Amino acid sequence: MLRIRLCEEAFVEPILAGEVRCPCHLYSGEEAVAVGVCAALTDRDYVFGNHRSHGHYLAKGGSMQEMVAEIFCRETGCSRGRGGSMHLIAPEVGMLGAAPIVAGTISLALGAALASTIRKDGRVAVTFFGDGATGEGVLYECMNFAALKKLPIIFVCENNYYATHMPIRECRVGMEIHEIARPFGIESRQIDGNDVLAVYDAGLLAVEKCRAGNGPVFLECLTYRHRGHVGPDDNVQGSHTDIRPREEIDLWWEKDPIKRFEGYLTDQRIMTQEELNMAREEVNREVTDAHDFARRSPLPRAEELERYVFA
Amino acid sequence: MSSHRKLSYSLAINEALHQMMDEDPSVFLIGQGVKSPWYVGDTAQGLLERFGTDRVIDTPVSENAMTGAAVGAALAGMRPVVVHPRVDFMFYAFDPIINEAANWYYMNGGKLQAPVVFWGIINRGGEQAAQHSQSLHAMFAQVPGLKVVMPATPYDAKGLMIAAIREPNPVVFIDDRWLYKLEEPVPEEIYEVEIGRGNVVRAGTDITVVASSFMVQESIKASEMLVKEGINIEVVDLRTVKPLDENLILASVQKTGRLVVVDGGWRTCGLAAEVSALVSEKAFGALKAPVVRITLPDCPAPASATLEKAYYLTSADIIRAVKSLI
Ligand SMILES: Cc1ncc(C[n+]2csc(CCOP(=O)(O)OP(=O)(O)O)c2C)c(N)n1
Ligand SMILES: [Mg+2]
Repeated sequence: MLRIRLCEEAFVEPILAGEVRCPCHLYSGEEAVAVGVCAALTDRDYVFGNHRSHGHYLAKGGSMQEMVAEIFCRETGCSRGRGGSMHLIAPEVGMLGAAPIVAGTISLALGAALASTIRKDGRVAVTFFGDGATGEGVLYECMNFAALKKLPIIFVCENNYYATHMPIRECRVGMEIHEIARPFGIESRQIDGNDVLAVYDAGLLAVEKCRAGNGPVFLECLTYRHRGHVGPDDNVQGSHTDIRPREEIDLWWEKDPIKRFEGYLTDQRIMTQEELNMAREEVNREVTDAHDFARRSPLPRAEELERYVFA
Repeated sequence: MSSHRKLSYSLAINEALHQMMDEDPSVFLIGQGVKSPWYVGDTAQGLLERFGTDRVIDTPVSENAMTGAAVGAALAGMRPVVVHPRVDFMFYAFDPIINEAANWYYMNGGKLQAPVVFWGIINRGGEQAAQHSQSLHAMFAQVPGLKVVMPATPYDAKGLMIAAIREPNPVVFIDDRWLYKLEEPVPEEIYEVEIGRGNVVRAGTDITVVASSFMVQESIKASEMLVKEGINIEVVDLRTVKPLDENLILASVQKTGRLVVVDGGWRTCGLAAEVSALVSEKAFGALKAPVVRITLPDCPAPASATLEKAYYLTSADIIRAVKSLI
């Protein structure tokens, strides 16, 4: 979680300086979801992300250097500078890609689960999507088919209460998103998405069910993005983006997943504050190294514009 | 005098929407971002305050259903404008646009028209990559039953939006964020730019350059550079890409004998290919040289700025193409 947070926050300066230009949908505040779910998976399991997938990619085991380089749009990035922040991929660890068309990758995860079923290889597929994606019909088509074929897919809805400028109450009448899966006969749970252990437990159970041929599972994880929809802007009411009440943002900082887990670790005497500080320093070094790597890396060459074009 | 009042391209669209919603209570606006101060630029500004949530409807992320709803409302007697803040999101809406709206009139023997405007915004650059950069006008233009307009100027943006709203059949209105800040005098009164009519925006004798939307502005820039070198190009702004203003294109080529077609879309089966085919069929005898197409390569939009620079067309590409014909 700390790796994701510090990596995310380290983009703020380069974005403000115009050094990072691609749109970055920061994941700060939501780390427990990606980390809790991905900790329950192995490298052989599949994950698909969306526009806000820095956390999914890192939690699944993608290289931080390659991610930072991609966000700097360098040739050494995981998508060779062709994709930017919204196209993170690490097939070697099961991260089959991320893409910003809302709900666009849900059916792809469905297909990965289908592949697993045909091959009987026990792999599980996870689709991460937001509350906003529940507006797209394809989600319901996927839930129906997954239930019909008992596919090993975990639908992970990151409910952060906003879809761009729209608060969830303006997008749907029933706010209990986990209930949308039940009519399809899908086991569904609502989880405190800022409690990494709760997410992990739910993830383990879901993975177990899927591997046993009793999928799919739907997990609604309640969480919040500390930052606004895109970039470092906080989308605070009264600012030019004018969306979220300051008190709400402050309240969720109280529920910050990292703060909570650090509190747990020290309370349980698993780690001391000093050890936590050391961990933070270590991660900071990793992040700095990744930025150095990205800055040192070459930009894609114009002559290679069509390098990956096959038709 | 009103004709000297300047307006930006985006506010020209905004004014058209205000005036049409005011004039005709069956006009309404539906789509993502219409209540937001930034999502669709300033094109929707003031509409919600003035016309209320019944007629200015911000929506969940549900392109297929919202677009279908606009089509259905049109069949039920309304005149909806459905906005997609990026054309890329319209793929989810292809079914109601193409299978339903475009075909409805024909496949029901002319019983019912669908007066709906499908408004899609081209929003590219800024390293947004393949799914947030596309220009899909050629795909729409291929479909029988859709008119497709692409204004290049504030004047045309207002006039074509008004014409599109008043048109009894489905119109795809495609604008471009790169044009939003462009300003020019725009009449305050209500006026239409006729759908299907192009415009010679720079008269010239040496070479015809046919372009649309943002590429018209780049072509004008090119003409200004070229004129200094004694080359007079005639810039034809298509304004409507379906149906094409064939006579205007052909007349220009008859005069110049040389044609460069510029298009901000892809090459294969694109708009430039269509214009080129038209001229080969109907003005072959006038051509003194093969037609030159300059388009995006058949390549997805890249992220990295270095690749974007190589990918998108500018006036320099147009100048090079023109010179290759001299
Ligand atoms: C098909 C489509 N429509 C609209 C958009 C614009 N858009 C980008 S993110 C987003 C909202 C997503 O909200 P949510 O799914 O809740 O994810 P969050 O950003 O909150 O993580 C929208 C509407 C898009 N990318 N794709
Ligand atoms: Mg959300």
